[in-house]
Amino acid sequence: MISFDPGLIIWTTIIFTLLLVVLKKFAWKPILHAVDERNQLIKESLQEAEKARTEMSELTANNEKIMTQARADRDVLLKEARDMKNEIIAQAKEQANNEAEKLVSSAREQISNEKMKALTELKNQVADLSIEMAEKVLAAELKDAEKQKELVSKALRDNN
Amino acid sequence: MLNKVSLLTFLISLSFSLVVFSGENQSSEDKGFNPTPHILHHIADSYEWHLWGKVSIPLPVILYTEGHLDVFMSSKFHHGESKVTKDDRVYKIDHHHIVEENNKQVMNLSITKNVASMILSVLLLFFILIKTSRSYTHKKVAPKGLQAFLEPLILFVRDDIIKSNIGPKHEKYTMFLLTVFFFILINNLLGLTPGAANVTGNISVTFVLSLFTFIIITISANKGYWKHLVKPPGTPLPLLPIMIPIEIFGVFTKPFALMIRLFANITAGHIIIFSLISLIFVASNNGANAIAGWSVAPISVLFVLFIFLIEILVAFLQAYIFTLLSAVFIGLAVKEESH
Repeated sequence: MISFDPGLIIWTTIIFTLLLVVLKKFAWKPILHAVDERNQLIKESLQEAEKARTEMSELTANNEKIMTQARADRDVLLKEARDMKNEIIAQAKEQANNEAEKLVSSAREQISNEKMKALTELKNQVADLSIEMAEKVLAAELKDAEKQKELVSKALRDNN
Repeated sequence: MLNKVSLLTFLISLSFSLVVFSGENQSSEDKGFNPTPHILHHIADSYEWHLWGKVSIPLPVILYTEGHLDVFMSSKFHHGESKVTKDDRVYKIDHHHIVEENNKQVMNLSITKNVASMILSVLLLFFILIKTSRSYTHKKVAPKGLQAFLEPLILFVRDDIIKSNIGPKHEKYTMFLLTVFFFILINNLLGLTPGAANVTGNISVTFVLSLFTFIIITISANKGYWKHLVKPPGTPLPLLPIMIPIEIFGVFTKPFALMIRLFANITAGHIIIFSLISLIFVASNNGANAIAGWSVAPISVLFVLFIFLIEILVAFLQAYIFTLLSAVFIGLAVKEESH
């Protein structure tokens, strides 16, 4: 009952060969081809992603560098500007001081000149006034002989 | 080859006839239920597809007798009770085999239950695998459904069985080994469905499969493989008279082991399941003792369920082992000598 059956052996050979041929053409080749292709695609995509990531990180590093450079440049520029400003201010201040000093000194000179003028005038007027008054007093005093005498004597006394 | 086949047939039929005889002796002593004929009927091939009771699907019988081709449906035998006459040729079923009454030489090419089941399984494989391959035409889409189930299986067979055992020259053998794997797997699984044929548990089928492996090994074997046979490296000279016959014998034992392993594993699984079911009828003494039958039934069903789950595992395992060993043997035959 468990013996080799030639009919079954022939049928199995035919059916299996047919299966082999059909599956080879319509199943295994397309499936394996598609799978390999997809694996290749995945591999390439991963490589591309890796490359993009490297590029990205390079780019970021570059940006960072540029940023640092720019910041440094800005700092230098700012510093220069600040220095310049300070210098300008200092200069302006000095100039202003000088100018003010000059003004003040000239004003002072003028004032002293004016003062001198005014004093001279005043002296002259006082002198005139004194002379006038002295004339008047003398005139009044010298009306009387007695008094003249007394005055002379007194003056003599004083001089001694 | 023919001698080997007949010797094997003798050995196997001897072992099975022992089983049959022991069963028959027992049944003649006490007229209880004898499960042996039922089990053997189930695992054997037949000319009709028996479904249940008296219901069976007739299958075409194709006979080539001395230049005449006779084709008729197996229903004409009326389950082996009547003879079929074609001109001068009279056919009858004798012990499950068609013979000619006048002892004419008959070439039997009938579509038996196993052939029909095999055709069904092949059509199923065509449908499943071609459908799967179609789904690859929409490219750049993640696999889903049937494709998602089969793709890992296909890739496992190709990468872990074929590629890793054969090496760089695996391309040529991939198609054959993938086909063998899926052919065995689907027939193992279909064999587990109720009423199905026992295709991979049939020695003729496993013989053809291992013959394919044998032919492929022999055709693709390189110089190193043949040199190993006549001059096994590292063998002391006095041992050569023993080693050379062993090596040459090994060429045939490899595919022979493939054939027996698959056949025996699948057939044994079927026999175990049927024996466990038969326990119910043995206990009930063929219906005479209903209480005993009913009390055995739950245990029997539990055991059957357990064995059935193991058989599903075995279905995958045996397909894997057949493919793996074929790949290993092909790999041994084609590998470059490293020493």
